[in-house]
Amino acid sequence: MRQFSYSRPDTLDTACHTPDHTRYLAGGTNLIDLMKSDVERPEHVVDLSALSMSQIEERPDGGLRLGALATNADTAAHPLVTERYPLLASAILAGASPQIRNRATNGGNLNQRTRCHYFYDPDMACNKRSPGTGCSAKGGRNRIMAILGTSDACIATFPSDMCVALAALNATVHLTGPEGERSVPLRDYHRLPEDTPWQDNILRTGEIVTSIDLPPLSFGSHHTYLKIRDRLSFAFAIVSVAAGLQMENNTIGKACIAMGGVGTKPWCVPEAEALLEGKTPSPSLFRDAAECLLQGAVTDRDNAAKLKLAPRVIIRALSQAAAGTPQSQTQKTIF
Amino acid sequence: MTLHSAKIGQPVSRIDGLAKVTGQARYAAEPHPAGMLYGFIVNSPIARGRIETIRDEAARAVPGVVEIMTHLNRPHSALFEKSYMDGLGVPGSPYRPLHDAEISFNGQPVAVVLAETFEAAREAAMLLEVDYERWPHNADFEASLHQKYMPSKTRSNYVPPKSRGNAAEAYALSPIKIEGRYHLAPEHHNPMEMHATTVIAEDDGTFTVWDKTQGPQAVQAYLTSALSLSKDQVRVRNPYVGGAFGSGLRAQHNVFLAALGAKMLKRSVRITLTRQQMFTHVFRPEAVMNIALGAQPDGTLQSMIVDGVTDTSRFEHNMENLVIWGLINYKCPNATADYKVAPRDTYTSSDMRAPGAATGVNLFEMAVDEMAYACNMDPLAFRLHNYSDIDAMHDMPLTSKALKEAMHEGAERFGWYNRPIAPKSMRDGKELIGWGMATGIWDAMFSPTSARATLIADGRLHIATAASDIGTGTYTILAQTASEAFGIPIEMIDIELGDSTLPECPTEGGSWTAASAGAAVWLACQSLREKLFKTLGKSGNISAWLTAGLSNNTTVLQDGFLQDKDADENLRLSLSEALSLTGQDRLEVEETAKPGLRGTISQMRKARFTHSAVFCEVRVDEELGIVRVTRLVNAVAAGRIMNPKTAASQVRGAMVMATGMALHEESLMDERVGRFMNHNFAEYHIPAHADIPDMDVLFVEEKDREVSPLGVKGVGEIGMCGTAAAIANAIFHATGQRHRSLPITPGN
Ligand SMILES: Cc1cc2nc3c(=O)[nH]c(=O)nc-3n(C[C@H](O)[C@H](O)[C@H](O)COP(=O)(O)OP(=O)(O)OC[C@H]3O[C@@H](n4cnc5c(N)ncnc54)[C@H](O)[C@@H]3O)c2cc1C
Ligand code: SF4
Repeated sequence: MRQFSYSRPDTLDTACHTPDHTRYLAGGTNLIDLMKSDVERPEHVVDLSALSMSQIEERPDGGLRLGALATNADTAAHPLVTERYPLLASAILAGASPQIRNRATNGGNLNQRTRCHYFYDPDMACNKRSPGTGCSAKGGRNRIMAILGTSDACIATFPSDMCVALAALNATVHLTGPEGERSVPLRDYHRLPEDTPWQDNILRTGEIVTSIDLPPLSFGSHHTYLKIRDRLSFAFAIVSVAAGLQMENNTIGKACIAMGGVGTKPWCVPEAEALLEGKTPSPSLFRDAAECLLQGAVTDRDNAAKLKLAPRVIIRALSQAAAGTPQSQTQKTIF
Repeated sequence: MTLHSAKIGQPVSRIDGLAKVTGQARYAAEPHPAGMLYGFIVNSPIARGRIETIRDEAARAVPGVVEIMTHLNRPHSALFEKSYMDGLGVPGSPYRPLHDAEISFNGQPVAVVLAETFEAAREAAMLLEVDYERWPHNADFEASLHQKYMPSKTRSNYVPPKSRGNAAEAYALSPIKIEGRYHLAPEHHNPMEMHATTVIAEDDGTFTVWDKTQGPQAVQAYLTSALSLSKDQVRVRNPYVGGAFGSGLRAQHNVFLAALGAKMLKRSVRITLTRQQMFTHVFRPEAVMNIALGAQPDGTLQSMIVDGVTDTSRFEHNMENLVIWGLINYKCPNATADYKVAPRDTYTSSDMRAPGAATGVNLFEMAVDEMAYACNMDPLAFRLHNYSDIDAMHDMPLTSKALKEAMHEGAERFGWYNRPIAPKSMRDGKELIGWGMATGIWDAMFSPTSARATLIADGRLHIATAASDIGTGTYTILAQTASEAFGIPIEMIDIELGDSTLPECPTEGGSWTAASAGAAVWLACQSLREKLFKTLGKSGNISAWLTAGLSNNTTVLQDGFLQDKDADENLRLSLSEALSLTGQDRLEVEETAKPGLRGTISQMRKARFTHSAVFCEVRVDEELGIVRVTRLVNAVAAGRIMNPKTAASQVRGAMVMATGMALHEESLMDERVGRFMNHNFAEYHIPAHADIPDMDVLFVEEKDREVSPLGVKGVGEIGMCGTAAAIANAIFHATGQRHRSLPITPGN
């Protein structure tokens, strides 16, 4: 870890007028780790904890606002979340461990960085960490890397579980920066790596995520977060699927689906959602949706297993959602 | 409250538990001598080559940095390679930290920053710039197989495989054959406590070295030899060790470097490795075994052909007893095995919990399961059919082998006898259910060990030996042993371990500590008791002896009191009273437990092993391939069990580790650079709670008066052997699919 200055401003305005080479500190579960590994080298660390951004409150339109500083644990346990957005609660609980979720914040979760082995190791070339040095993951040990949305410059997975549910739920991210406020659909918040993989998202210098809005949207019990990983708990997803279906008389109304573990960002394909809408659930329909979601997938040396597993996970998740039997995050049997 | 003596065999809770959970137990990185410097190691990013230039201006400019030690400015250390040989005795040229500019493995220390704070040392380490000349390397295991060889000088514990009959011919003639290539990924030990050393530079010029090691005396010998110091200049302490699993068998580079720094600056120095750096030294070697088995249709094994390779570095020849286990454990007239090592440009692989057997037994037992199926036999029945009562490889009788009993008791507990043979015949919803079993075998070793027993003025018994308790419960079982042997409650015993100045004890490992240190403590306590009686008898103060109503002939030492065999409780002498009657302020004896003449002859004529039978239930999601281990039963035959509580803990711990071996643990080598890339706990997966079911460990009765003086065999490693195979075999039974490479991960 290199020396840095530290401040803890109490207004948003001060917080977003910061010098270059600043990192915001929320729960620190990712940032501090990366600083200790010499991956993040901020000159200034601005601690956001004095700002009041930890609210979880109802919106006039019936939606919900999640403060950027609300912890993952508090969010997943909040009655309004468990009642109205159990899909989100489930996705949060599928991630990390209770200790980490107690500390991790919603804003931090959105902005967490990839778990690519090479990104984490400053001895290795990595375009995301050190632009222009190359991508060591290509042709390397890339079992955990992405198969969708990759580029020549980077094949790293965006690792969040929470964001997969937020993407499925069509959440909106609110930002405040030196130039004022703006809002972005979560589906557009994270970026494809293209040839600038060091930019994970559309956040501009000085911008802070203040809150995340969930639209009024209910699936009843027709939702699921199904996460496949290398052990039964406390591991990042190899493949995960967040799905919500509005079912009426055994017909799918609105369909929302997003994938984690496979893409360079939470992976959504509107055509796959459209393909489901107005149809009766069936294995072949789900297969078509899987095919549509995985279109363009490219595997590298070690990650072909993801492509083998992904369609099966999609089909199972859609079956769970259609049947109204969401995956339990404590019971490890997958129904 | 009356305190009673504990007995060997009672489930006594850990006597060091309170010290551990209250933070009073001190580990290697915890002493804080005044003026201590923190060392941070800089590791090589290349696998082979040489250091060209080191630019340290920026690093030295970090406030608090005192020195940056490299091969260019390090103090003098021993000249000859052989001075760097450590206790494990791996043949070859031992790695000499900071010796010269040459790099022979990725992660090799190239510099140590010494600073007033850990933070300054780490920051400066990040700022150090080193240029390298890169030489070609090979870190790919498959490619290294082309260069496999048999070292001309072998490790001292290496057991060469011994052929019998004509395996090739018998295999060709066998009506039923199986053949397969079995593989195990490399694994890292990853004990909870990272390797660390604190070297305290004492005022008198000596060094007290707190090191995370399994052998304080071995580290002392290594340091004195490698740093050209005399024995009385170095004292090594390791009273508490937060797990090691074999990573503390060798003197690791942190201890050498910390001592080198302390020597250079004449100041106390601490070096701790980060979790990432824990992947820069020892690991369990990657292994491949080609196994061919031939049998008669009735399941009688006719031929076993095993050839196996494990990896080693380019500079040392690490060897394992990989291929012998099936040949020892199964009756089969024709058998042959071959073993080689394959060199690659990494650090030297090393012993990890049940070295050789964890790999060799598990992979072989997976092949045995295949053979049982080829013969259409129940895997347990198949093993019983080919059961050997002797060490079939050496044609030697055994001191004991209650494996048959273990198989039956384990099978009974598990409910094995209801098992349908056909794979894929049990299901529950979307999950297929499978039952698998395997047997385990591990050496039952005994090494000469010394212990000291001292009765001190306040009537407490003090026991000392240089054994290490790496978390296994050694303190507790030695206290039990002393309690029974001397006749004193556990609460009145102090055990001192983990100090090179204490009576000699071999490095902890191979599950021999319980048998060996236990025997030494037993002997010392018995002889102290005799000495007490003799001294009392001789002492002038007969009247007090009689006042207490005691006589030499009928007095016993029991629960901490000298009392008459049958007399009432008031007629007794406390140990402190007794000691004061002798007129001495302490009574002390030191004894060495040796196999003895009978034992030595027995060691030549009889083989000695621990055995086990493991039964496993898995549930496998049919479409997704997700495996859940839902039941594990391990029936262990390990001679006399000193403490069923700590012993079962040892077996359970190893079963967790073996579950990792079967399903999770794998160090991912990027052969392009020679580095294990998943070098952190987020990506190197050890089982989480959710992965571990209720585990049932049972010990079957096994009376063995020959294996060691107390009839003890040791239980630290047997839980590794067989468990991974039982899981793999259960996966086959569930799915009908064979996986011959461990770990079996989702999507494979
Ligand atoms: C061992 C381990 C396992 C994990 N497993 C999982 C898992 O299975 N699934 C999963 O989803 N996650 C997992 N995580 C990741 C965890 O969810 C994230 O570390 C956490 O959400 C980050 O939140 P934080 O508040 O601690 O962020 P910090 O570490 O404080 O910050 C992370 C990044 O976000 C930026 N940031 C934080 N808040 C804001 C804001 N309001 N506006 C702008 N930028 C901001 C910071 O500058 C920094 O770059 C795991 C983490 C660990 C350590
Ligand atoms: S995949 Fe991306 S993060 Fe990983 S090494 Fe390549 S550029 Fe870096």
